[in-house]
Amino acid sequence: MKRSLPFVLAALLPTSALAADAPTYTLVLKNHRYQPSTLHIPAHSRIKLELINQDPSPEEFESNDFPAEKIVMPNSRMSLFIGPLKPGRYNFYGDFHQPTAQGTLVVE
Amino acid sequence: MWAVALLVFREVLEAALIVSVVAAATRGVHRRGWFVGGGIALGVSGAVLVALSAGLLASAFSGVGQELFNATVLLAAVLMIGWHVLWMASHGRELARQMQALGSAVQSGASSLTLLLVVVAIAVLREGSEIVLFLYGMRAGGADHLWAGLAIGVIAGSALGLALYAGLLRIPMRHFFGFTNGMLSLLAAGLASSAARYLIQANLLPAWSPQLWDSSWLLDNGSLLGQTAHILVGYDARPSGMQLTVYASTLLALWLGARLVTRAAQPPRRQASSPESESAAQPRSELMQQAQPGRTS
Repeated sequence: MKRSLPFVLAALLPTSALAADAPTYTLVLKNHRYQPSTLHIPAHSRIKLELINQDPSPEEFESNDFPAEKIVMPNSRMSLFIGPLKPGRYNFYGDFHQPTAQGTLVVE
Repeated sequence: MWAVALLVFREVLEAALIVSVVAAATRGVHRRGWFVGGGIALGVSGAVLVALSAGLLASAFSGVGQELFNATVLLAAVLMIGWHVLWMASHGRELARQMQALGSAVQSGASSLTLLLVVVAIAVLREGSEIVLFLYGMRAGGADHLWAGLAIGVIAGSALGLALYAGLLRIPMRHFFGFTNGMLSLLAAGLASSAARYLIQANLLPAWSPQLWDSSWLLDNGSLLGQTAHILVGYDARPSGMQLTVYASTLLALWLGARLVTRAAQPPRRQASSPESESAAQPRSELMQQAQPGRTS
């Protein structure tokens, strides 16, 4: 790890600027369901996903199809960056309420 | 109840696999049971603390506190495992020889045992804090049989971890530390790759071509086997270029480091006449003589 650390630090600098460019998409979590349950996002571009949790319990936004794993606390919001992804359908879920908290990312 | 048991099982399994590999890698080291147990206890208390401060963590560093925390903790574990791998590269052969000769625990403690205690604590803390948050939510939602689900999950997850441990112990002593060192290296590389994933998610690192390949048709990230492979060897069905780069450079750094350390450790041993190696050999033969009567009587 020590060897790669300078590269990691060097790579950190230019990407900070990317954050501002990424378009934001919003998901609302209510009664342990994602609204909307299908979210359309553009292919080959990085997006910022904002998740608003209106439930009184914490949830973990997670997917097995694309890298995402982040906890959102009760009655609060969080955001994370996704992609760029190839066109296709990608499922995501709420780790703490898997029977109901299911959604699909349609990348096109 | 089964939903609770399943989630707890998956989280416990992740921690248990790491603890098992660490426990196996410290086989024969004096008092390592205390260290592994202490690590688990420390991890459980840490998990409650982290869960309690999850709200604070979520809002820290303009929203990327969670990712920074996870990445930092994972990289700390990588450094500590790396240190142990290098330590074993220079001492492992000696340790195996002593254990073969004595057939019992080695009295000298491994210097890196404390580091591995922290690795165990980190593994338990990360998965444990998720369990605490999950149970908190479930309790708020009024779920039934929460404690039964928790107990089933913990027992089932630990049982699989123990099975892995028992399996590892069956490896012949001659190859044992070489094998566990290899496993620890893969584990460290996988953890480093996970850390990179968190930093990419927080937009602090570029992804460098987000999906190099897709092997989810063969082994899906969500399957039990996929999850196990993810922990043990850092498997990801759709890795990004950055993840693979971090994974490969961690393995390479450990491999090169181990080679260097092994080479540096060898020359004094070959010269049997040097006073240094004689004094090192002396206690060992004494130990062997002491051990013989104990085994025959």
